[in-house]
Amino acid sequence: MAEIKTKGEMLFNRGAILAVVVALIIMLTPIYWIAATSFKARNLATTIPPTVVFEPTLAPFAKLFTKRSQLREPVAPEVYEAAPWWEKLIYDGGEQVVRNKKTNEPTSSGFGNRYMNSLIVSIISTFLAVSMGTLTAYGFSRFRVPGEQDWLFFILSTRMLPPVVVAIPMFLMYRAVGLHDTHIGLIILYTAFNLSFAVWIMKGFIDEIPREYEEAALVDGYTRMEAFFKIVLPEALTGIAATAVFCFITAWNEYAFALMMTSKNAQTAPPYIPSQVGSGLSDWTVIASGAFLFLVPVAIFTFLLRNHLLRGMSFGAIRK
Amino acid sequence: MADVMTRLEPNSRAAARGLSDLSIRNLFIIPTITFLIVFNVFPLIYSLYTGFTDYRASTTAPANWVGLANFRELLSDPFIWRNFTITAKYVVISVTGQVIVGFGLAMLLNRPMALKGLITTLLMLPMMLSPAVVGLFWKLLYDPSFGIINYFLGLGKFEWLADPQMALWAVAMVDIWMWSPFVMLLSLAGLSAVPKHLYEAAEIDRAGPFYTFFRITLPLVAPILMIAIIFRTMEAFKTFDHAYILSSQPTTELIAIRLYKMAFLEWQTGLSSAFAYIVLIVVVAITNIYVKYLNKAKAR
Repeated sequence: MAEIKTKGEMLFNRGAILAVVVALIIMLTPIYWIAATSFKARNLATTIPPTVVFEPTLAPFAKLFTKRSQLREPVAPEVYEAAPWWEKLIYDGGEQVVRNKKTNEPTSSGFGNRYMNSLIVSIISTFLAVSMGTLTAYGFSRFRVPGEQDWLFFILSTRMLPPVVVAIPMFLMYRAVGLHDTHIGLIILYTAFNLSFAVWIMKGFIDEIPREYEEAALVDGYTRMEAFFKIVLPEALTGIAATAVFCFITAWNEYAFALMMTSKNAQTAPPYIPSQVGSGLSDWTVIASGAFLFLVPVAIFTFLLRNHLLRGMSFGAIRK
Repeated sequence: MADVMTRLEPNSRAAARGLSDLSIRNLFIIPTITFLIVFNVFPLIYSLYTGFTDYRASTTAPANWVGLANFRELLSDPFIWRNFTITAKYVVISVTGQVIVGFGLAMLLNRPMALKGLITTLLMLPMMLSPAVVGLFWKLLYDPSFGIINYFLGLGKFEWLADPQMALWAVAMVDIWMWSPFVMLLSLAGLSAVPKHLYEAAEIDRAGPFYTFFRITLPLVAPILMIAIIFRTMEAFKTFDHAYILSSQPTTELIAIRLYKMAFLEWQTGLSSAFAYIVLIVVVAITNIYVKYLNKAKAR
């Protein structure tokens, strides 16, 4: 990053910036494309040449949450007028919402439930992993533990196991105790998976808090517990938040365990969204809208996390 | 108890009140260790046992002890070896691609630039996304008739995923797209830590750009780059999500996919447990190397 002196260097610098811009466009095009497709009318999603300029519609989202069937004949005008806005969008696409014969309630597609499951499982497992992980990290950071390095290696190695390897015996055990396709079953797996990560990264954050703070508190008559909760925890708050966001994203994105350990009740969104490809009424705008809704929280979190990404990705080994 | 008391005397005033440091340490650490042993180690011990049986989870037939037969069958099965070869090829393609693109991007970004923070964050988006959903939308991009990749590259109706030769490259390309930013992130950290005076000295000595790169930049970034490479190698070795969604070609059947099919579609529980153990040994070996490098980076 030496100062730019010659004309040649300046030219080179401009070239580098141009290359970065091109790379950025290439890297972001797939994400843009899925976001754009989720606001397109069905007939615009698969055109050649690709449709770049279009009038955005919420029809894909209306379709995403409902069960639909093909309209055999045009819908009666009075029925159309009486329908809520989202149902009109579905009528416009030549489809109708499947309604319950008795209650006339619209039938949901199952996406809403899967999204809820994703939220429940991710939030609870994150909470458990971060709270246990923070305590354990404090233990490893402040006290001498016999065989410390071996324990830390053991903890990390559980994270590295391929999900399929763990899933085979877990499947048999869950089936035996009735935890298959339950929220608790999935929460346990995700907690175990994130716990090792939380311990490693929180240990780095707690190592950075000077011991003198607690020692001063201990001298002032705090107990070790009080010193931990009143001095260390507030100091570690940024680290805890960053760790929590990382754990949440990992659990939210997880696919393999969810595929093997759930089938319906506790199924999360990642195995559900792909399963809609090739189903009778599948259309790419609906799949894209599901993917879009699923990616939005992660994109927001990535921005919140941007200063801690390096640390999280290197298990706390590299700090800025 | 004495070894836990790093600063305080055990009989000091502070330690006498509340819980002792030893009990706090145990209270904080033991639940986590227990949790991991119950939900990770215990299942693995169980699957070590099933690995020596002919158990099938789809039937009610009891498991019969078959000794080493499963391992013998796996290690002499040419199809399994093909899965290993495919995985090796996939790991080499995707990790090499990620290092080239990621390190290249880091070199480009390692200069004063407007909006650098925003650009870096945007570049990092792909690796934060769900691989399963990413695999899904690349399916749309790769589509031979309306995919935008064929359109922009002018390839007509090129079959990325249906072509047995091309499919593995297509799957690896998605991995490169997702994880180059990771290599970039680590390389940037390495590049920004190279002391400036080394470049100044090189300039005074009239060293050429190649000399500067190979003698100063690369050696100093190498340790951190190594962490990225080992981590990505391990992750690529385990790849399942996007590969399984993108392609069902036999030429893209990575080890994790074969293992999944064996265990959950063919229900060969015993055989797949044995297979899982072979995979496990490889992963633990790479993890060992990885931790060694992580600790080295920490010590710096």
